[in-house]
Amino acid sequence: VTEPEKSFVQTPNLKFRLVDIAHARSGDKGDWVDFGLFAWDAAGYAVLARVVTAEAVRQHFAPWLASPSSGAPALDVTVWPLPNLLAFKIVIKNALQGGAASNLRQDNLGKAMAGALLRMPISLTDAERSAVRAHE
Amino acid sequence: VTAYARNPLKHFSNTALTLRVMQALESNQPPTHPRDSVTLAAGLGFYGDSWQPALAALERGHAQYGRPHYVCSDHLAELTLAILQKDRAKDSALGYARDVLPMLLALWPKMQEIGCKFICNAGGLNPQAAGRAVQAALAKKGFHPAIAVVTGDDVLSPISTLLAPDSIRSDLVFANVYLGAKPIVDALAKGADIVITGRVADAALFLAPLVFEFAWSLEQARDSQALNRLAQGITVGHLLECSGQGSGGNFGCRADWRDIPDLAHIGYPMAVVKADGEAIITKAQGTGGRVNFDTLRQQLLYEVHDPSAYITPDVVLDMTSLKLEDLGDDQVRVTGATGRAAPAQLKVLGGYSDGFKAELTWGFSWPDAWDKTQVAIEMIRTQLLERHIPHEQLFIEYPGLNAAHGALAPLPDAAELNERNEIYVRMVLKTRSKSAADAFGRLFPWIALSGPAYTCGFSGLHHASELFGVWTALVDRHQVTPLVKVEML
Repeated sequence: VTEPEKSFVQTPNLKFRLVDIAHARSGDKGDWVDFGLFAWDAAGYAVLARVVTAEAVRQHFAPWLASPSSGAPALDVTVWPLPNLLAFKIVIKNALQGGAASNLRQDNLGKAMAGALLRMPISLTDAERSAVRAHE
Repeated sequence: VTAYARNPLKHFSNTALTLRVMQALESNQPPTHPRDSVTLAAGLGFYGDSWQPALAALERGHAQYGRPHYVCSDHLAELTLAILQKDRAKDSALGYARDVLPMLLALWPKMQEIGCKFICNAGGLNPQAAGRAVQAALAKKGFHPAIAVVTGDDVLSPISTLLAPDSIRSDLVFANVYLGAKPIVDALAKGADIVITGRVADAALFLAPLVFEFAWSLEQARDSQALNRLAQGITVGHLLECSGQGSGGNFGCRADWRDIPDLAHIGYPMAVVKADGEAIITKAQGTGGRVNFDTLRQQLLYEVHDPSAYITPDVVLDMTSLKLEDLGDDQVRVTGATGRAAPAQLKVLGGYSDGFKAELTWGFSWPDAWDKTQVAIEMIRTQLLERHIPHEQLFIEYPGLNAAHGALAPLPDAAELNERNEIYVRMVLKTRSKSAADAFGRLFPWIALSGPAYTCGFSGLHHASELFGVWTALVDRHQVTPLVKVEML
């Protein structure tokens, strides 16, 4: 029996995921994957502002996009806040194996990578949990 | 009226005013839109998209805002030109997005009837050929619209040879500058009913008719009012350029996407824009999909990188001041875009040949499906090694298990995977050698009889396909401008 490669790290103290409080879209621009991440409401935006740092996003994607087998250099993540839209713009460079027309993944355009972002484990305080619109 | 419809009066179609007069005559009814606004409808979002929703916009219009004055259609993703280059290499009369022909055959009768114009970048690498093909196809049906063709974006030989690094220069298959709205505005001013370009900034396809209709300053825009209007126009274009993504398609979230009605009959977004740039985004009446704060936000931030400086050839858009007001009933008001002066340099996007890939997806079924895939992979690896087949990488993923999210998708352990009904493995060979890529599929068939049991299907022996790398550079505007031509066919 050959065990599948286990690079997903369970984090039991982080009981929630971004999908519980946010929605997202992703796409390709050259070798960059480009995300819009959106809170459903102002309370959710406040949580995103706390948990969605460039470092947190880098750590979340590193087991996949920065693993030696991916052939990609170190992840370069930028996060821009957009309070006027209750949103964050996130760009990860070197994420698409050189770009859509050289990316060997089935999802060569990175359209499904927004779902991978929404998997990101997060913590919510009790106060935040009661304030944020439930998307659980 | 019938005579006008069959035989458009070209000498009358030179101004927006006569267009509106003709429109009123030809549609047998006064325009239902206010005279101080222009209605744009989204065409395709990529080469291969459906034009049925664009047809629905023309036929149904909007109860409050009427029918579109322009359909603007984006046929070119970043590397579509790599596909078109292959077409042109086979036949010098090709090299354009060929779906523009059946699309216009379906749309133009209605567009002519209501006086709607068409702007697209389907010209790809050969706008001239696209224009002539459209002209011939419509002429066969008795239509003779005024067609303009914009060229000058193709800089493969004149500029890329100077700018491209040695390592890729000889492998470049295309290099095109993103042009702005100016040549399209010029084409409309010459009386074009249909404008066909090659590479232009996607949103410029939508900005151009607004600049033309409202006589906005474009290259002379300096003051904040003029720049902010252009920024509004680019915002509108960006919201419409990806067709259904601006009206509830590809709406990414958990659960709530199910509330978007009738995606099978989605209406692509339409924009009703006033002379000061304020816009309402909506869609045709009776269509599916949804235009609201959430669906529009997802499109607004799609592929824009730094939202405080979305650089286009015509204006640098700052979205941090933008306001989207959900008015309900599939209407969102867009205000507050801030513009800064257009950049002195334009972006060049090139594609270079970067080796080949060949891929094959193979399935094994219960019992022990997972372990069987592992043995089959080893059989392929062994052959690659023993036959000295040159390759850079054998990429492996498991569709249905982890292809979408890689290592972020938690995999069950082997015991559970072995209980699965079937496991599919996708193997992709990356190689510089075309013959190695061509030969990859031939490593597989014997596995059916000599490998693990209960093979349950495979994807066919794929031919090799070429991989392309993306090369971008900046070029001074004044180097490009003299090359740009607008020609009436």
